Amino acid sequence: MSFVAHLINGISLGSVYALIALGYTMVYGIAKMLNFAHGDVIMIGGYVVFVTVSGMGLNPLAAIIISMAACTLLGVTIERVAYRPLRGASPLAVLITAIGVSYLLQNVALLVFGSDTKAFTNVVPFPNLELFDGQLIIKSVTIVTVIVNVIIMVGLTLFVKKTKIGRAMTAVSEDKGAAQLMGINVNGTIAVTFAIGSSLAAIAGVLLCSAYPALTPYTGSMPGIKAFVAAVFGGIGSIPGAFIGGILLGVIENLSKAYISSQLSDAIVFSILIIVLLVKPTGLLGKKIQEKV
Amino acid sequence: MKKIKINKTMKNDMITYGMVILAYIVVQLLISSGHVSSLIRGLLVPFCTYVIVAIALNLTVGILGELSLGHAGFMCVGAFSSAVFSLAYKDAIPGGLRFFLAILIGAAAAALVGFLVGIPVLRLRGDYLAIVTLAFGEIIKNIINALYLGVDSNGIHFTMKDALSLNMEEDGLMLIKGAQGVTGTPNDSNFTIGVVLILITLFIVLNFIHSRTGRAVMSIRDNRIAAESVGINVTKYKLIAFTISASIAGVAGVLYAHNLSTLNALPKNFGYNMSILILVFVVLGGIGNIRGSIIAAVLLTLLPEVLRGLSDYRMLIYAIVLIAMMIFNWSPNAIFFRKRLKQRITAGRKPEKEA
Repeated sequence: MSFVAHLINGISLGSVYALIALGYTMVYGIAKMLNFAHGDVIMIGGYVVFVTVSGMGLNPLAAIIISMAACTLLGVTIERVAYRPLRGASPLAVLITAIGVSYLLQNVALLVFGSDTKAFTNVVPFPNLELFDGQLIIKSVTIVTVIVNVIIMVGLTLFVKKTKIGRAMTAVSEDKGAAQLMGINVNGTIAVTFAIGSSLAAIAGVLLCSAYPALTPYTGSMPGIKAFVAAVFGGIGSIPGAFIGGILLGVIENLSKAYISSQLSDAIVFSILIIVLLVKPTGLLGKKIQEKV
Repeated sequence: MKKIKINKTMKNDMITYGMVILAYIVVQLLISSGHVSSLIRGLLVPFCTYVIVAIALNLTVGILGELSLGHAGFMCVGAFSSAVFSLAYKDAIPGGLRFFLAILIGAAAAALVGFLVGIPVLRLRGDYLAIVTLAFGEIIKNIINALYLGVDSNGIHFTMKDALSLNMEEDGLMLIKGAQGVTGTPNDSNFTIGVVLILITLFIVLNFIHSRTGRAVMSIRDNRIAAESVGINVTKYKLIAFTISASIAGVAGVLYAHNLSTLNALPKNFGYNMSILILVFVVLGGIGNIRGSIIAAVLLTLLPEVLRGLSDYRMLIYAIVLIAMMIFNWSPNAIFFRKRLKQRITAGRKPEKEA
């Protein structure tokens, strides 16, 4: 029974990674940049919910919507101010700028909220699910996280495949220049991508902090890196890939913590990533890119 | 007497060496006249560490053209291998010789790890390569944090569990105590040694770049397929450059380890954050520009200290300065604007000259 419990905890953690990884993958797929600040947007999303629920006493649902709005605004602003001027510059320059934005968000949070750990109240109002006479307890957060995740993944896939903006995103990710010639507003499309990625980050922030209720300015940094690994694991740029990568990463991390060594769990996760990439160099569901001379 | 011909590259290299030596002399003068606060004096060896590892990373990023986010891991290998050596032979070998051997051991250990990591990693491309180097860096840090190593009359013991399962004799000496790291490393490094190591590093890297091997490496960076088709062994040259880079990062680690009495593998000194910080030095200094890396490493390490008076706001300002500098340096619009400005200035002076 304990194995099932560990597995479920792993899926719960993995779902959070998957949500964050979806944001990474969307932005990477379309803007071809690694948005290192994504993890910190999650942290900001967490703080917004913390302030509105614990400070102002708002309804959690309203708080989540406010947090999503705030993160969307933040994501679009970051894109407009820091990333758009660098469109067309070396990818490394954009990467470093993203790191700068990450430092900026961490330090703003440090100044505004202080460095002390905030105890986050669980905003999921349902009771835990008990199975087999209480031998197996599934936290309500876990169930909600998994359900939210599946809904978002299906929704995003449909959005990208069926809507006009989604098709525009695919076009921009294939070829920016050609997309522009076809009358697509490239900058606008990228801004929409950032908006979606950041609002997903807000949801991820709430679920992350509900499952692991300790909020500091650095909360987003390690899950951000892990989610990035998950996105690469599944094949960066692929939406189902991010989902599968996230879940697998969470399960592997939790099982190795439980059965092998809690200290070495990160090393094990990263080793598996390396092995997967050596066998499939573009990740599990990544597209193989043919090089042209 | 034969005149030594000075070409452009040689002149350029001489400026780089001269800059380092000049900076050293200025700092020494400032110290002897008492203008350097103890805070800055404590930072001199870390300066050298950052400069060396920035040069090492520039070899990978700028010359080889591959993004590595794991150089802190190689630093970590160099630091721990040399610290263990120095601790084990603390009384057996006199200071200077011991530190010299420690540097060789740190460089060799990091080179070995770099070579082993490089074999699988260099098969990958672009962002995938970056993430795998990041993963290797984290694995190295993680393993060292879980490692216990001791030596006694029965030989060397090591375990990944805890200190007790080492089963040491009474006379045993604990070398690595898991997450507590290495304690009691002799403080062998100082600013002068650091500067000498920078000069040696520069000598190796600059000569490597101008050598036949270096040109082969750069041709792979510029066009892998073209390089391959003229008969350059891509894997071999990539591995050579990556191993040298890892080894130099290891030397930086040795310098770092011997400046501290307690050495831990923390996220902030050997984690991916450190690798990213070094990458910031390289990119801000100019990819492939060794001199730029040195200047950027010194300035960016100095910046938070200069801003210390602003206490809480200093890292905020650091972040803003970083973003602003990146946009100013790299934005296509800013580059165009700078060109126009330059043209206008030169046009005003010499209107008849054409570009």
